[in-house]
Amino acid sequence: MSSLWSRLEPLLARVRKPARYIGCEDGAASPQHGHGKVAWLLAYPDVYEVGLPNQGLQILYEILNERPDAVAERSYAPWVDLEKLMRERGIPLFSVDTHRSADEFDILAFNLSAELVYTNVLNMVDLAGFPVRADQRRPEHPLVIIGGHAAFNPEPMADFIDCAVLGEGEEVIGEITDVVREWKSSGRTEGSRSAVLRRLAQIPGVYVPSMYDVEYDGDRVVGITPAYPDVPELVTKRTVSDLGQWQYPKRPLAPLTEVVHDRLAVEVFRGCTRGCRFCQAGMITRPVRERPAEQVRTMITEGLKRTGYNEVSLTSLSTADFSGIESVVTSIVPDPTACGAPTVSLPSLRVDAFTVGLAAKVASGRRSGLTFAPEAGTWRLRTVINKLITEDDLYGAVESAFSSGWSRMKLYFLTGLPTETDVDTEGIVDLAAGCVSIGKKHTNRASVTVSVGGFVPKAHTPFQWFGQNGVPELRRKIGLVREAASKAKGVQVKWHDPAATLAEGIASRGDRRVGAVIERVWRAGGTFQEWSEFFDLDRWLDAMAAEGLSVDWYVTRHRDENEVFPWHHLSAGLHHDFLWQDWRSALAEAGLEDCRWTPCYDCGVCTGDGLEHIVASPVAPAGGSQGTGQNLTFGGSVPITLRPKPSLVNHDVVSAGRG
Amino acid sequence: MKVRVSYSKLGKIRFTGHRDVARIWERTLRKAEVPVAMSTGFTPRLKMAFGLALPTGAESLVELLDVTLADDVDDLESLVRRLDESLPVGMAVTGIRECGPSEVSLQEDVVATTWVMAIDAADVSGNIDRLNAACEVWVDRERKGESRRDDIRSGILGLRTISTETSELLPPLWLGESSGVLIEATLTTAGRGIRPTELVEALVPGCEPWNHLTRVLRINQMIERDGEHVDVLSARPAHTEVGA
Ligand code: SF4
Repeated sequence: MSSLWSRLEPLLARVRKPARYIGCEDGAASPQHGHGKVAWLLAYPDVYEVGLPNQGLQILYEILNERPDAVAERSYAPWVDLEKLMRERGIPLFSVDTHRSADEFDILAFNLSAELVYTNVLNMVDLAGFPVRADQRRPEHPLVIIGGHAAFNPEPMADFIDCAVLGEGEEVIGEITDVVREWKSSGRTEGSRSAVLRRLAQIPGVYVPSMYDVEYDGDRVVGITPAYPDVPELVTKRTVSDLGQWQYPKRPLAPLTEVVHDRLAVEVFRGCTRGCRFCQAGMITRPVRERPAEQVRTMITEGLKRTGYNEVSLTSLSTADFSGIESVVTSIVPDPTACGAPTVSLPSLRVDAFTVGLAAKVASGRRSGLTFAPEAGTWRLRTVINKLITEDDLYGAVESAFSSGWSRMKLYFLTGLPTETDVDTEGIVDLAAGCVSIGKKHTNRASVTVSVGGFVPKAHTPFQWFGQNGVPELRRKIGLVREAASKAKGVQVKWHDPAATLAEGIASRGDRRVGAVIERVWRAGGTFQEWSEFFDLDRWLDAMAAEGLSVDWYVTRHRDENEVFPWHHLSAGLHHDFLWQDWRSALAEAGLEDCRWTPCYDCGVCTGDGLEHIVASPVAPAGGSQGTGQNLTFGGSVPITLRPKPSLVNHDVVSAGRG
Repeated sequence: MKVRVSYSKLGKIRFTGHRDVARIWERTLRKAEVPVAMSTGFTPRLKMAFGLALPTGAESLVELLDVTLADDVDDLESLVRRLDESLPVGMAVTGIRECGPSEVSLQEDVVATTWVMAIDAADVSGNIDRLNAACEVWVDRERKGESRRDDIRSGILGLRTISTETSELLPPLWLGESSGVLIEATLTTAGRGIRPTELVEALVPGCEPWNHLTRVLRINQMIERDGEHVDVLSARPAHTEVGA
């Protein structure tokens, strides 16, 4: 049980940003490892600055460290300079809290927010000194677990992981701890690894790939079935029913060095039922569960006091939808502390004037830029993707932003969407130019930046059947936007590299055979694939070719109704029929309303799980069409049941967690 | 009311940079609920001014910071206590005094700093003797992205080897850990100044300084008054244990 610090310390003056590796944050735990305690190493497969703010990781870190039978520490991907020095000296992956070697932990758990980090997972497992392939690990090696949004199609990672956790971790980590604690006390004998995996497979929400057989017919997956009778046929995601019972993080981590979101974050709700069809996050986190406004206020006040931050970000998938938003915002802003009033940032702005009013209320000082995401250039295409923002919504929002002092707007768009024609693509610039001309009425400096990303269809969404656009087609579309923008004054264009979009597509709907591709890319040196300076599509294409896999089959091919998806045995709670129906509706250009304020259309998540939306108000929040295009004037008359006290929480776990 | 604070930076936290330290102080002052004056303008900031930047990786007993307070504070002792409670492990206040509104900024006022360095290389003491006897010492160095060749001899105001026993200022951490020869150097900060790493390059020609400089600690910062060098705020030994 020794710290690697004395071996790392002499290296740190020689690497970039050494503060990445020292820990010592406000809010960091000083975990006491010991007999009978399950040691979790919570790993984020990207650099510290990107990983530290991750809320999921911070929440689990705290919950685990509150348990008497668990400890948790954190690890982030060492940057290439330190990795090189570590490998030269045989220094393994370490935790930043006590600088322990990864092999002193029982569980190595990765939070995966996107697919391009997969090669970093392999790299970190290897740097830790463990075999990257799960079937070669021995009882003394930790269990490798993945969670996070990308874990909803874990098949490309199936060969490398021991388990994937679907959905929210608050409760399930306790159940996993219980099983692993027993394994540990039984001495982790030879052969016991598969026994413990078998037990883990029985925990709801835990998927153990090695317990399932995949059957192929040529390229096609035809079946994924449990190898043992006590292993479930369908693994369904975990959902915490009442966010109010999980007031975490209580001790938010405030780093000593600058990170990407350098402010306090308070999560105001989970889930989103606006139903944007391209949005995996929205689909897999349903239903909506709001945190009580009072608790939000407490978390803000205490968090600011504890960390010394003077900025708080209210996070969710669409923060202006939070029932208590106005009351929360007005209660924080005019509350000056010793060093000036805190500022509030609202990520994920909804596109309407109400939201801009809110943003104006919280913005202090310079109004640099506001970001909106209309996602598609024409109303027609927006009905296809169910992002029901009218032109009036957008122009109203923009008008109100320019008139409240903002001079720069950023508009996010996707290209390569289902049914997209060149009219839709060029419509992106028409919208942006419309915004510029509104802006010119207010300021000469008015400018609009359009940011275009290539669309990658994701598992568990209505667009999972859609064939992604290839690189040439995305390049052509981006070219159309750039050309149109060159004629429109005040419109700048930024775009995401279509090559990276293709690689993401390979992994996002890949099956187990893609694992070998990921391993090849990693062995060829392809780490940090989310960083453009390290990304090289040829590595991916070479690896696909070497494995005899077709890019078209995995990425650009349209799937039909009979497709057996690689995630066929995994469920985000959404009915297959609902998704298929929604895909058909998309093609028919039919929008679908938000079920928070209109009757349920039975997508499956609530009904299947005995859940309901928890919203503080049965009345839709004020302001326009809310970017939904629906008529909400009678919103309050739609009966919504407010759930009294959820009963789904496993109270054993909760009390143990708080003990 | 303006106060001049000196503080130590020891242990792991030495790997944070100058900008990081500024952010740490902002958060610390808010946590300690110190009534700091705010600048006016679009983005109001806490009114504070830092002394000379400490290289990332170097430790110090005497980092300096001027803070303008919105309200007068009589009890500086309790202010120090609150700051110490709010500072991260490895940082602690080592001195405080009120300073006049018209005092020159720290950046301009400090003329020399004294460093203790642990250097792991062959014949360091021989090289020190040679360097002390030399009339010119040329090093290649970078300033503002431009490489240049300078004679740094006149900026080396004092240079000698020391032992751990003779320096009661050394933090406990150093006693067991630092490998190499201990030297004490007083270097000018005027003009382009001299960095500890540049002295190491002069002592171990052609080296990668951080491969030999195992530890470096700033123990003093001096200003000039009536032709004499005097301490900005007298350094006292760090009183807190810092985690290794
Ligand atoms: S089950 Fe009904 S109410 Fe729940 S998220 Fe789906 S559509 Fe909305």
